[in-house]
Amino acid sequence: MRRHFLALVAILLAGAAFAQQPKTIDVWAIIQNSTDQTLPNMVKEFNAAHSDMHANLTQYQNDPYKQKLIVAMGADQGPDVFFGWGGGTLKEYVDAGKVYDLTSALNADPQWKARYPASVLAGATFDGKVYAVPINNVQPVFFYYNKQLFDQYGVSVPKTWDELLAAVKTFKDAGVAPIALGGASKWPDLMWEEYLVDRVGGPGAFTAAANGAPGAWTSDAFIEANTMIQDLVKAGGFQNGFESTTQDSNAPAALLYTGRAAMELMGSWEYGTVANAAPDFVNNGHLGVFAFPAVQTGSGDPKDIAGNLANYYSVTAFAKNKDAAVQFLKDEALSDSQVIAQLKVGQVPAAAGISDLIDQYGSAPAFQHFVNGLVQDAPNFQLSWDQALSPALGQELLRNLDLLFTQQITPQQFSQNMDKAAAAP
Amino acid sequence: MVKRVDTQTAVMAALPLAFYALFVIVPLGVAVALSFQTWNGLAPPTWAGLRQWRHLLSDTVVWGALGTTLRLMVYSWLLQTPISLALGVYLAGRERYRDLLAIVFFLPLMFSAVAIGLTWIYILDPSFGVATALARDLHLQPQSWLGQRWVLVTLSAVIAWEFIPFHTLLYQAAAQQIPTELYEAAEIDGAGLAGRFWRITLPQLRYTFVTSTLLILVGSLTYFDLILVMTQGGPGYRSTVLSIYMYNEAFPKLHMGYGSAIAVLLAVLGVVLSLVLLRVSGFTRMRSELEAG
Repeated sequence: MRRHFLALVAILLAGAAFAQQPKTIDVWAIIQNSTDQTLPNMVKEFNAAHSDMHANLTQYQNDPYKQKLIVAMGADQGPDVFFGWGGGTLKEYVDAGKVYDLTSALNADPQWKARYPASVLAGATFDGKVYAVPINNVQPVFFYYNKQLFDQYGVSVPKTWDELLAAVKTFKDAGVAPIALGGASKWPDLMWEEYLVDRVGGPGAFTAAANGAPGAWTSDAFIEANTMIQDLVKAGGFQNGFESTTQDSNAPAALLYTGRAAMELMGSWEYGTVANAAPDFVNNGHLGVFAFPAVQTGSGDPKDIAGNLANYYSVTAFAKNKDAAVQFLKDEALSDSQVIAQLKVGQVPAAAGISDLIDQYGSAPAFQHFVNGLVQDAPNFQLSWDQALSPALGQELLRNLDLLFTQQITPQQFSQNMDKAAAAP
Repeated sequence: MVKRVDTQTAVMAALPLAFYALFVIVPLGVAVALSFQTWNGLAPPTWAGLRQWRHLLSDTVVWGALGTTLRLMVYSWLLQTPISLALGVYLAGRERYRDLLAIVFFLPLMFSAVAIGLTWIYILDPSFGVATALARDLHLQPQSWLGQRWVLVTLSAVIAWEFIPFHTLLYQAAAQQIPTELYEAAEIDGAGLAGRFWRITLPQLRYTFVTSTLLILVGSLTYFDLILVMTQGGPGYRSTVLSIYMYNEAFPKLHMGYGSAIAVLLAVLGVVLSLVLLRVSGFTRMRSELEAG
């Protein structure tokens, strides 16, 4: 009798201890520059507010993260919550049944859903169902420039492509690299392609290609844009050795703030990279920004922009603690405290009603209003192509861009290769 | 000649054979099976018949990758063999610091390829790297070391940096085995330094030369780590060797079936190369060089 009693007590204690175990959720994300503490802060706040739930954050470098996620998802052994960019890559996971549908959870809590602009949710919506929520800033792509160099050589901010080419010539003749580019990483090349194709042919050119229309990649917009790119390369527009300079090493930003390059085309996050590495450069007002210039012979709207709508968190379909994961998103994804924290480090959160908050909390109001203005006024905000397309086609695109920028193929060959890859089953 | 394998040998060979079956034969079988299917790693695989193999035969990138692989093999051998041989022979005579140097030499082999690759990327950065600064100080034109023109040579050099120490040790150990009587006899006959090297040292190192060459050639056929870390096969396809192409197809592009076909091709090439080298070098017919053997 005594033995049974002891066993019973042991089981009850173990059960009680087990019941006290917090529900853990694993969150996977990329490493971001250290001024932006959004990802760790979300987890910290959530863990402090809930004793019965616990979130663990693991962060990886950008490209290895994408690899690791695919392999883990394929084996149904991934995280509960994962970081992403929306678009075709997310759709690939959705089609394979790996992502939890958040639509009903969002509709059940209208206040939660109202935090996010419809255009941003659209990036994670497929067949009318929402599969992710935004968690951080809008990330349009625009030019950064070194104001000191511009003043020194009497260059004014280019408003047209021809003015940009003239500025390139001035800097090249003066021995300064006109534009810093991390060509080895390939996706920085993509920013040029996205803008030039849009400026030349409008959003329709890419939309046709993304929808798989046969021969879409051989349209005039692509051929002309790629020719313009190669002209820029041949004119010495990028720094020596751009094809072996990686973006992850932050070398392009370093070129900019050490006065060895005059301009860089990059996403809004680069502001944080420069502010972090060279605070004096930024605080003394030497870092300037301007929108991608207009192409006067093109049919695209000069106010169109390209970049990432935001970064998102999704819940996996095989997550063990889905309610904890959804609660995490509800509590933290662009909550008031997160929005304020992001404003304070010079970001523009992808949340509704942000303009007034910039004046109240923004640490770099001029820059933040610029970014917000770009996004608000843009007739079309094109999602980065390597995220908009399927992973296979996105990789093929990056490889062909690399070949194009290093002048190993002609614009015609680029179009042929892409059409062939798009047609492959 | 032992024709029958006795019990003791069979038992001792059982464990290694089991390992070999589990880690080599079974994955190879899976790769062969996958090469007849289409799989994106997420949804279940679907049967594809010979489609992946037909694509392989018509894919110009595969043939380019094969050429790049061959060039890497040649550069690797040309860089590693003479330097290892010279260093090894030189060090064989310096007995005092042999142990210390052996430790130092093994270090590059123990570093992870990721660590080596990342460090060299920073050293070779065309704007801020140490190599670039050094070139400027020496009044040489700094190059884009990992750019189109030089990437394969640069990669071969970094790979050589990693493996020369190992081959040096091979040659050093072998050179130390050469009986001094041979050298003494040669000196009496009036042979100079060069004569001793070409007529005694080199012929005595014949078998080590074959071993080292075999390791370099077969190793560089499938070499992967450093190339992935440093260039991922770029710029364009300039450093895309067959193993890198296999990886790039299978993982970022999620063409697991096609990647498996390339993997099987690589395995077949490796086996063929090994067999050819073994036959040509007479490796299996080697007998001990020692007088008593």
